[in-house]
Amino acid sequence: MKAFAALIDRLIYTRSRNSKLALIADYLKHTSDPDRGWVIAALTESFDFPAVKSAMVRTLLATRVDEELFRLSRHFVGDTAETAALLWPEPNKLLPFRGRVGVGVAGQLEADGPTTSREGEGGLTVSQAVEALSSATRATAPAILASLLDRLDADGRYALLKLALGGMRVGVSARLAKQAFAQAFDVPVDDVEELWHAIPPPYAPLFAWGEGQAERPDLADVAFFRPFMLAHPLEDATVDLADYAAEWKWDGIRVQIVHGGGQTRIYSRGGEEISAAFPELVAAFDQDAVIDGELLVRGDAQGGEAASFNALQQRLGRKTVSKKMLAEYPAFVRVYDLLAVDGNDLRPLPWTERRRRLETFVPRLADSHFDLSQVIEAADFDDLAERRAGARDAAIEGVMLKRRDAPYVAGRRAGLWYKWKRDPLTADCVMMYAQRGNGRRASFYSDYTFGCWSDDGELLPVGKAYSGFTDEELKWLDKFVRDNTVGRFGPVREVEKSLVLEVAFDSIHASKRHKSGLAMRLPRNARNPRDKTAEEADRIATLQAMVT
Amino acid sequence: MAKGKPWLEPHPHGLYVKPADLWIDPSRPVERAAVTHGHADHARSGHGAVFATPETLAIMALRYGVDVEASHNQAFGYGDGFERGGVRFSFHPAGHVLGSAQILMEYAGERIVITGDYKRRPDPTCAPFEVVPCDIFITEATFGLPVFRHPPTSQEIAKLIGAVRAEPDRCVLVGAYALGKAQRVMAEIRAAGWDAPIYIHGAIEKMCTLYTAHGVDLGELRLVSETDKEDMAGQIIVAPPSALNDRWSRRLPDPVTAMASGWMRVRQRARQRMVELPLVISDHADWDELTSTISAVNPRETWITHGSEDGLLRWCELHQRNARALHLVGRDLEEEA
Repeated sequence: MKAFAALIDRLIYTRSRNSKLALIADYLKHTSDPDRGWVIAALTESFDFPAVKSAMVRTLLATRVDEELFRLSRHFVGDTAETAALLWPEPNKLLPFRGRVGVGVAGQLEADGPTTSREGEGGLTVSQAVEALSSATRATAPAILASLLDRLDADGRYALLKLALGGMRVGVSARLAKQAFAQAFDVPVDDVEELWHAIPPPYAPLFAWGEGQAERPDLADVAFFRPFMLAHPLEDATVDLADYAAEWKWDGIRVQIVHGGGQTRIYSRGGEEISAAFPELVAAFDQDAVIDGELLVRGDAQGGEAASFNALQQRLGRKTVSKKMLAEYPAFVRVYDLLAVDGNDLRPLPWTERRRRLETFVPRLADSHFDLSQVIEAADFDDLAERRAGARDAAIEGVMLKRRDAPYVAGRRAGLWYKWKRDPLTADCVMMYAQRGNGRRASFYSDYTFGCWSDDGELLPVGKAYSGFTDEELKWLDKFVRDNTVGRFGPVREVEKSLVLEVAFDSIHASKRHKSGLAMRLPRNARNPRDKTAEEADRIATLQAMVT
Repeated sequence: MAKGKPWLEPHPHGLYVKPADLWIDPSRPVERAAVTHGHADHARSGHGAVFATPETLAIMALRYGVDVEASHNQAFGYGDGFERGGVRFSFHPAGHVLGSAQILMEYAGERIVITGDYKRRPDPTCAPFEVVPCDIFITEATFGLPVFRHPPTSQEIAKLIGAVRAEPDRCVLVGAYALGKAQRVMAEIRAAGWDAPIYIHGAIEKMCTLYTAHGVDLGELRLVSETDKEDMAGQIIVAPPSALNDRWSRRLPDPVTAMASGWMRVRQRARQRMVELPLVISDHADWDELTSTISAVNPRETWITHGSEDGLLRWCELHQRNARALHLVGRDLEEEA
């Protein structure tokens, strides 16, 4: 438990991705099974122990700590797990001053005794904690949790409560954890991704393979994830359509649906399983196959065609879905690749061959939930460019170019797949507020909120940009913010409304969250500060006309 | 005992000792002020006459140009004091920072102690707190919630030195309040055996010199502004908290940002301040120190000046102690805790 507590403590304060990778890799290398497996599971998907919930923790605390003091502390700390960890009395250890006070009028109380650790030999391990928590029922949970807390120090209690209640919030995605695993054992991350979902926590066979002590686990009859083939941006290049096939690039989320071993699973691009959010797709996919496609939501406005990304967002990140959600935002998959069918791995085949099989395969699926992504029949590259420029469908994000003779390979390989996004939309906006960045940018005001003019002549925020600046521009902008600050709200500086930025964004949507009623998708800086006065910046009405 | 007519009046801007016509730690200029210690929320400029320990007067001279030699300002060592309007005032160590004192007032058979800010754990830069028996104990409550239990200082210092050694290409930049915390951190680092020069921000240089002149050995100190960037790799830098994410820090080699404060006990607090290495080192009493000190002093009444009054009041209630909160204004808790 001690090493786990130290790990999450470090992760909380570490902002750089590489440092996080190094910390996790180091932990995985130096911790034994099954602890490390439970820990990585806790970091990425958070366990669910049905008997242990925060209301139960509060009730338990009330048996040890005055309720009013708990309430005041909880209010100050803002997190139940952390408050409870700090407040839980240490039964085996006398408080530092007890028994010494009143010894002498001038006697200084000795606080800095040796660090006591109740977690030496025979200390609580992560697996013991997991085992105890899993066996808990509603009736036994309070006593079980109490006995575990009694065996730990404050950091250990924090780790235990975070493990038990979930919501670790240390900024570790499933993708990052897999990369850390690959880094720790020097194995290809693609292999780790494939194996990950095939093996349940605590992943003992995965670690055995990573350490070279066992063969690669056999994945027959398991609905495992295949790492996605990814595309490079086309930039200014052109390609010969004799070598490349063109398809529309859809503005949904990329998914892989796998059927195997009697199970159907849906994976997102990061390899996270999202089956629970789309039960209707899981139910409808009844073929022994693996498909790659775009998950979209049907939009009424477009007569049953795909709706904008904004509609899809209503369905993302849910653990359960209501009937209302299912009816209002029906999901479907536009299929563009076939990775396996009837037990055969098709990935080594060229795209042309996979496409041929895909076209005969898709009719086997229910057309209510699956359709085929069409190939664009363009005469030549210029013709394609023209079609791309003319495409105004809300769900079209641009064009994909796929090399006709390329197999399906994991990751982003040069020359095989290109994405050619539609030109971004742009607007001239006025900088309103600035905040300092993170990491290398911690001393720079590098995050900007910007706004456009309402009909009443009021400047309303329309978005926030963090990227698209060169170091030189950042230096200049940082100085601008410092020299033009008119107000401070905690870490935020309000600036003189005089600087116009050209902001690029992929699309813009109606949003109830912002006063302007608008939300930009992927806003970033397009160009150096503009030689324009604030009055010349765009109006909200102009942006409203771009809403999809 | 002088029951009935109170001779000490709490006002939002300080405590007024009526028979002596004198204020304690007033937050605005007054004719006569007794000052517990040199932090800005207790020691202000512009008073007619100041009564304080020699160290506190020296700090006020450095910060506000108070004239130490002027005859209306008077310095008293620990245990010493003066009498005015029938009230006997004396100064006793509070263990908070160099020169910090509790002030004991005796009048008509009643004893009142005001702690100013204090702590109970050892501090190589100042005299240790003394328990002074009294009838009314006026205590601070910065960390008046049971979530605040400061770990042993040696453990935090080991964490700091470990972080410097772990990444020799970087440096560790410690944010510490310019008066007290900065010098204490340096002295603790020395006590732990770190004998390389410590690099400091210009804003704390004079206070370090003052501490050294009062016999606190801080070892060799160098100014960051006079050092090449690469020479500070693998070294410890000490600066006021406001400099941590300031442009000033760009002259340092890839600093690990650390902060020495009791608030670092709460993870989200540390994260908000963009701290990578939180060091729970405080010059204020933690929950156990506050409550055990009240028990040790065992006063008839406890008055609570500033901080988390509600928490400490609740504790007093649970332990059947008479207590009240004074709600003084102008106490700045964030920076120097």
